[in-house]
Amino acid sequence: MTNISTSDRPVLHARGISKFFPGTIALDDVELRLMPGEVHALLGENGAGKSTLIKCLTGAYRRDAGVIMLDGTEVEPASTADSQRLGIGTVYQEVNLLPNLTVAENLFLGRQPMRGGFIARKRMNAEARAVLQDYGLEIDPAEPLTAYSVAIQQVIAIARAVEMSGKVLILDEPTASLDHDEVQLLFGVIRKLKKRGLSIVFITHFLDQVFAISDRATILRNGRVIGECVLAEVTQHDVVTMMLGRQLEARVKARDVGVAGKTLVEVEDLGKRGMIAPFSLDIREGEVVGLAGLLGSGRTETANLIFGVVPADQGKIMLRGQEIGVTNPRDAVAHRFALCPEDRKVDGIVGDLSVRDNIILALQARQGWMRPIPRAKVQEIAESYVRALDIRLASLDMPIRLLSGGNQQKALLARWLATNPDFLILDEPTRGIDVGAHAEIIALIEQLRADGMALLVASSELEELVAYSTRVIVLRDRKQVRELAGDEITPDNIINAIATEEVA
Amino acid sequence: MIRSTHLPLLITLATFIVAYALCASAYPAMLSFRVVANLLTDNAFLGIAAVGMTFVILSGGIDLSIGSVIAFTGVFLAVILRDTSLHPLVAFALVLALTTGFGAAMGATIHYLEMPPFIVTLAGMFLARGAAYVLSTESVPITHEFYDMLQGLYWKIDGARFRLIGGLMVLTFLVGIITAHRTRFGQNVYALGGGEQAARLMGVPMASTTIGIYAVSGGLAGLSGIVFSLYTSAGYSLATVGVELDAIAAVVIGGTLLTGGYGFVAGTFFGILIMGLIQTYIVFDGTLSSWWTKIVIGGLLFAFILLQKGLTWAAEKRATRARQRTATGSAALS
Amino acid sequence: MTQPTVGPRPSVFKRIMPQLVILAVALALNVAVFPEFFHIDFRNGRLFGNLIDVLNRGAPVALLCIGMTLVIATKGIDLSVGAVMAIAGAVAAATVVDGHSWGTALLAALLAGGLCGLWNGFLVAVLRIQPIVATLVLMVAGRGIAQLVTEGKILTFDNAGLINLGAGTIAGVPTPILIWLALGALVTFGVRRTALGMLIEAIGINERSSRLAGINSRVLLVCVYLVSGLCAALAGVIVAADIKGADANNAGLWLELDAILAVVIGGNSLLGGRFSIVASLLGALIIQSINSVILLSGLPPEFNLVIKALLILGILVIQSPRIGNYIYMLRASGPQPQPDPLVRQRPEKEAAQ
Repeated sequence: MTNISTSDRPVLHARGISKFFPGTIALDDVELRLMPGEVHALLGENGAGKSTLIKCLTGAYRRDAGVIMLDGTEVEPASTADSQRLGIGTVYQEVNLLPNLTVAENLFLGRQPMRGGFIARKRMNAEARAVLQDYGLEIDPAEPLTAYSVAIQQVIAIARAVEMSGKVLILDEPTASLDHDEVQLLFGVIRKLKKRGLSIVFITHFLDQVFAISDRATILRNGRVIGECVLAEVTQHDVVTMMLGRQLEARVKARDVGVAGKTLVEVEDLGKRGMIAPFSLDIREGEVVGLAGLLGSGRTETANLIFGVVPADQGKIMLRGQEIGVTNPRDAVAHRFALCPEDRKVDGIVGDLSVRDNIILALQARQGWMRPIPRAKVQEIAESYVRALDIRLASLDMPIRLLSGGNQQKALLARWLATNPDFLILDEPTRGIDVGAHAEIIALIEQLRADGMALLVASSELEELVAYSTRVIVLRDRKQVRELAGDEITPDNIINAIATEEVA
Repeated sequence: MIRSTHLPLLITLATFIVAYALCASAYPAMLSFRVVANLLTDNAFLGIAAVGMTFVILSGGIDLSIGSVIAFTGVFLAVILRDTSLHPLVAFALVLALTTGFGAAMGATIHYLEMPPFIVTLAGMFLARGAAYVLSTESVPITHEFYDMLQGLYWKIDGARFRLIGGLMVLTFLVGIITAHRTRFGQNVYALGGGEQAARLMGVPMASTTIGIYAVSGGLAGLSGIVFSLYTSAGYSLATVGVELDAIAAVVIGGTLLTGGYGFVAGTFFGILIMGLIQTYIVFDGTLSSWWTKIVIGGLLFAFILLQKGLTWAAEKRATRARQRTATGSAALS
Repeated sequence: MTQPTVGPRPSVFKRIMPQLVILAVALALNVAVFPEFFHIDFRNGRLFGNLIDVLNRGAPVALLCIGMTLVIATKGIDLSVGAVMAIAGAVAAATVVDGHSWGTALLAALLAGGLCGLWNGFLVAVLRIQPIVATLVLMVAGRGIAQLVTEGKILTFDNAGLINLGAGTIAGVPTPILIWLALGALVTFGVRRTALGMLIEAIGINERSSRLAGINSRVLLVCVYLVSGLCAALAGVIVAADIKGADANNAGLWLELDAILAVVIGGNSLLGGRFSIVASLLGALIIQSINSVILLSGLPPEFNLVIKALLILGILVIQSPRIGNYIYMLRASGPQPQPDPLVRQRPEKEAAQ
């Protein structure tokens, strides 16, 4: 690692950045110092304020307070295009290039080489080829972008950002959907750029990657800077402690997982080609089965296959010993299955419908349109769940999209609890919600289990899984690699199972 | 080198060649220059308007106003030439400025008020048609020696007359092709159609591009109106009803994706020729009724929509497979 | 803050208030240019009067906008209704010309309209083609099919029963008025007394979520296009009956645009979601009242379209999300939190699924 003296003047220095959203303080007096030629990791849990900070730096959000200095002069980026002109380039997790254009067209959009008023295509392709060679890519730039893998598209996006901006590069979870070799390809590019003196902000959830490539890190928690450190001087454990803070100890409490009842659901060799390898699992009444694994390891795919969101092409599902067919969510709902999906906005809420309609939706869908639930009954159900789950809202008539993330999640839980399910699948039930709602949802999971429901919970929050799971199934590479039960269930064991390919 | 994005264009081309071969085998007379010349002349106004429509559709929008704008242009020219002593060239310039401005205004409404193009251009359709009515509800003949002169211009091969307006259409297509592929504006149009969000993040000037696209469409509808007035020597406010539909059909049959982003101006040219060919065939046949044109074009439209659906499906499958590679190698803690 | 207020559903009256105001203004204008506007006569067993004319002439668009409202609520659009009208009118005419009864003709027309609706629904719900593209096919080909039925000519008929549907009266009231009122009431009750309305709104707002909640979105989508086809068939029969003939070229020409307009004036978002059939019907009446003002004022009918266009623009500008946000900010004292700035109102291009 290069030695970075902190006495240098930072390339990018953001001070006192604050951003308020109604009801929450997303960023509170945040400082970020980016030194010349360093890779600087920005760390924090979901909801810590990383992406809000990036959006303030790139002009996607207007900040409410603070100063951004670039090369010693104050800048005021008004839009992402503006910040690009100032010298701050950004590459996002989902590649933000145009799938309908060629590689060269993407690379040069808006600054194409011209000759006599027309785009010089030959020259553009030649220049694109030369630029990409610098990044270690030997590809035909006249091919459509979609002819290449996501990793290569990611490198092309980086090349575009660097060529256009050239001072600061912000990488927002660029490795989230890449495999090991592809990550190495990307790291090669990052090292090369670092040698060229570029300063890079690197955001990721993968701590190993942070330590592998970054020089320093700024750690955020709940919208505040918890610390800035030189990574060579600290351990992973230090960083995790800073990220999670006291929550870590609070969450790992005495496990009381109760006694499981009869087997409810058995899944045998259920699988779908190209999506997830065939898997088997069984879940008993009064049991929480945790699904652990990295992003993209097959957690969500497992949940979706059991619920029929995507029909399986092999295997079977048994309910109380009887085989049942689940080819779409309707079948699953009819068998009293329920699924709270990972992406609340896209797969969960029906934004413009009232909270009341959202709560009643699944129950009404199961009853069929011919048998409307009487209004008084609807009101009663909705009110009882609003009280039971402490959903905070001004009125049951307000559109659900106006609720905060935690309250939306609770309303979705209410939707499914109203159907009185036997088997509840929760996919990332606590992602992106505030600490209070977080604790309440965990308490609810434990209570539902105590009441005899069967639950399957996929989560990336290991401490959480450890706290409430009766058993934990570990996934890796879209395969089940390990099942942990009883005292085996510890965060360390789960991490080990994820990290070492060990067959259970 | 043939790339997958060229496939719809190639299929359009193949359709045209096969259709022409079928026509020619049934009626060898259809192989004559005369038929080709008539194909160009009869479809000149539609072709010119369809170039504008191609840009609009490539950007992911739609323009329902062009039929009305063509009619308005015709009536405007006829009334101006009847009631004033302005030279037709001046009237042409005037009407082109008017229709281009009209298109730009629709584009501005779409961009700044964030309204769907469908509904804005629908209002534009009523407005332009209404303005034509206000000018005159009667068909106004155009008699001007300059018009006679322009109509008399042709290039004769083998007794077939390639007229000015057919040439103008071909020229419009050439300019359209170059604009789409060799200018920044053209690239921005594709970018807009490929994804609004990504285009904005990549710094595409959204306002000027959107306004420009509808200005081009309005201006070309104006030019088409001029050509139509040359073709019919009259301006009539009830003329060219539904030309927007024919233009959209030509664009889709030409292999452009109606949702935007993919397609070629050149494809639209063959789309126009295919539609013209169907009409010519029915004329040659004599026993087939004219309504078969609509049914066959509807069928072709359906076939091309299905084809594109299939290609999109295939592309998505490929993309999903690429995305479904696994993320591994290190532990996530968050 | 935590206690939900237990109130009635936002009242229907509040929802249709803007449309009622616009309609009142339009009617007032009618009275201003023609004081006798509200005068209704009863002669020869039939009601006469300008108001009756508005209700009667507005029937085709009113019928179309019933189905169109449902289609638009699912984030769709049905461009083919004008062509379907032509087909249904042609089928009805051909059936009575063949010597069948008017009842058979009506059934045949409804069958034809229903088939067209199923076709559109199949393309949209099963093949997942964008609605505007899917219904374009029938919009282009439909008139050709209608001409195929009428063999290119205006097919006239003199079947009294069929003519009665368009030009007759029941208890003195012109039949078309009764038909659209009855169908409007039927469909409104059909969707609001059952859960259909909410389920349709749900798939219009977020189809993925709805599917995951166990809603059979595919069947619902086919159904709304089917209803739209049936409404169009009925409108086509009325128009044909009114002129005692089926004109494949001109029956229902551009009426799809008027129907969409009526739905939009009715305050229903083209992006799908919450809908009100009553408001759409008021929208249809507003359009017809404006036509009537222009007619009665003695303004040349040429101005009809220009005024209509300006009016639409005015109404649309008021409804535009940008202006809506602006008004919202002016009233920023309300208790509701600001909408998430990232949730843009603009229709992001639908992924061509």
